[in-house]
Amino acid sequence: MSTPNTANPGSTGSTGNPGGGSTTGAGSTAGAAGAVNTAGLARARRRLALARFWREYRRQRAGLYGAAILIVAVLLALLTPLLTDSAGLDVTQATGAKMAPPSLEFPFGTDESGRSVLLMVLWGSRVSLLVGFLAALLSMVIGTVVGITAGHFRGWTSAVLMRITDWFLVLPSLVLALVLAAILGGSIVTIIVAIGVTSWASTARQIRAQTLSVEARPYIERSRALGAGHWHVMTRHVLPNVAPLVLANTTLQVAHAIVTESTLAFLGASSGQVSWGGLLRGSYDWGAATAGAWWYILAPGLCIVAVVMAFTLCGRALEAVLNPRLRGVSR
Amino acid sequence: MTAPLDTEPAAATAAAGPAMERSAHRGVLRYALTKLGGALLSIGMVIVATFFLFRLIPGDPAIAYTRNVPLSPDQLDLLRRQMGLDKPLMQQFLDFVLRTLRLDFGTSYEYRRPVLDLIGERLGPTLVLVGTGLVISVSLGLWQGTRAAWKHGSRFDRMSTGVSLVLWSVPTFWLGLLLLMVFAAGIGPIPGIFPTRGMEGVDAPDGLAYIPHVALHLTLPCLTLVAVVYAQYLLVMRSSLLDEIGQDYVTTARAKGLRDDQVRRRHAVPNALLPTITLVFINIGFVVGGAVSVETVYSWPGLGLLFYEAIKGPDFAVMQGTFIVVCTAVIIMNTLADVAYRVLDPRVRSA
Repeated sequence: MSTPNTANPGSTGSTGNPGGGSTTGAGSTAGAAGAVNTAGLARARRRLALARFWREYRRQRAGLYGAAILIVAVLLALLTPLLTDSAGLDVTQATGAKMAPPSLEFPFGTDESGRSVLLMVLWGSRVSLLVGFLAALLSMVIGTVVGITAGHFRGWTSAVLMRITDWFLVLPSLVLALVLAAILGGSIVTIIVAIGVTSWASTARQIRAQTLSVEARPYIERSRALGAGHWHVMTRHVLPNVAPLVLANTTLQVAHAIVTESTLAFLGASSGQVSWGGLLRGSYDWGAATAGAWWYILAPGLCIVAVVMAFTLCGRALEAVLNPRLRGVSR
Repeated sequence: MTAPLDTEPAAATAAAGPAMERSAHRGVLRYALTKLGGALLSIGMVIVATFFLFRLIPGDPAIAYTRNVPLSPDQLDLLRRQMGLDKPLMQQFLDFVLRTLRLDFGTSYEYRRPVLDLIGERLGPTLVLVGTGLVISVSLGLWQGTRAAWKHGSRFDRMSTGVSLVLWSVPTFWLGLLLLMVFAAGIGPIPGIFPTRGMEGVDAPDGLAYIPHVALHLTLPCLTLVAVVYAQYLLVMRSSLLDEIGQDYVTTARAKGLRDDQVRRRHAVPNALLPTITLVFINIGFVVGGAVSVETVYSWPGLGLLFYEAIKGPDFAVMQGTFIVVCTAVIIMNTLADVAYRVLDPRVRSA
């Protein structure tokens, strides 16, 4: 996303996943007790790695702020149904004055039909975050599968996959997502699909580069010599090694997905439910900008900016921790 | 590179033709032809994808075209025949491809005019907006990125990176709404200075006075586009120059006793510039997406607004035509940037 993350040869794998996939050879030859022992060993090592990861991450101050904002946002979104009543979203049951500025009763003011903007922002966060997470997940799954496959198999498979990837990379993704959402019709699922299908290409390229560098290492050759098949190499050796990259990328991808969702909703391809982008659409339709109803525009917008920035900060911090090559260069 | 397999032999035979004396030139030509083949394939994929995507729309296209005006079954049949819907899918597909190649995108559902005419009308304003925005954001981003990287770790650097991270997180349309509210509508003590919508007012003057009139309308849309786009260029230029600063030749230049800004201007920046400029063009799709949002917020009468109106309609003929035209333009820009990079950068040329 923001930083041009070119191939980072042979660096990411070492920190995140010790013992992820390299114990298989020993496990099959040792006895039952030995297997238990290896499993215990692997668990202990994983715990150690996690502790080390947390120690490193703690040093990234911006990343900590981002994580704190995210925890608050997710908690609020989860608790909204318990704390508030969704009846307030109904236009017919609105109690406030139309387009009223912030007051004690309505801290973020009211919208064109007298509903509380605060209430709508809270309920909107559920849709925005859900779409953001699921779309990023979909995009990461496609990106990882395509990336690893294109990196593992050479020849025409790789050529065809990379041509498709390049195609998606070049096309204006927002325009493509808009067309998809308009054609498939508006629902949460179609919006998620429209965002996920149009945003995986850059991930696939990075994953492929990382896969190529992992596959060039000697232990892959050793594994092949021992009779490992494509599936084994791809899932037990390559996947654990690209996983840290995937994690950092997913975090950045969620930020992208939330911005895209709000843009789609603003441009009229909405899921039909209250979301931050949908709120801004409403504010535009009812002329909040020209009427000076700043609360109607600021509240949902600042929420988007805060959450997106939090994801970006976390993603950059993860990248800095998991990718030693970047350490010291980008703060 | 990831060139398509089928274009390789064609490129090879063409490059092996006469009049090519030096292998370097031949390499460039061969590269250009391979890229051209790739671009043609991409455009072909756009056309194929468009055809099948727009088949997915639920409902009868003929009924969509009539916009729910009741017609007798006979009239509907006639319309279907006129639209070619009674033919087999393969025939429809071939017709579609041939029509697209002749730049015939059909008739707009809403305006009842050829889509190509509509696109032609809207092209100018978009070029003005995107062109001005690109020039400003590229120069601003490159300048600030260079300064940030050169004084790496300074307050200017930290501020630039921080500001660009914030701008990166801001949805384009929201920034547009904010600027619209503050500078066009006016809020509190701030009076509205700029027009709220469109490219020209009803009282648009003729002659030379027309240019400042449009410029006044252009200010806010352009500012919005620049703010969102330039952050990216800044970050790319910064990291690209940071990569160069560590190189030996920079140390050598310093050891020769060159002044600091000479090292920067004559040695480091030219090398950092090429990858950045390429990225500018590769990410042109991002700018196009931004233009759609900006044009919608400010009702700027460009392609983006046309596309937005088509989605709102929905006017599938216009949507289809705009989609193909925009994608093709982006692919062509990309290919040009790719080839230009190859020609300009000796490091890549010899590789």
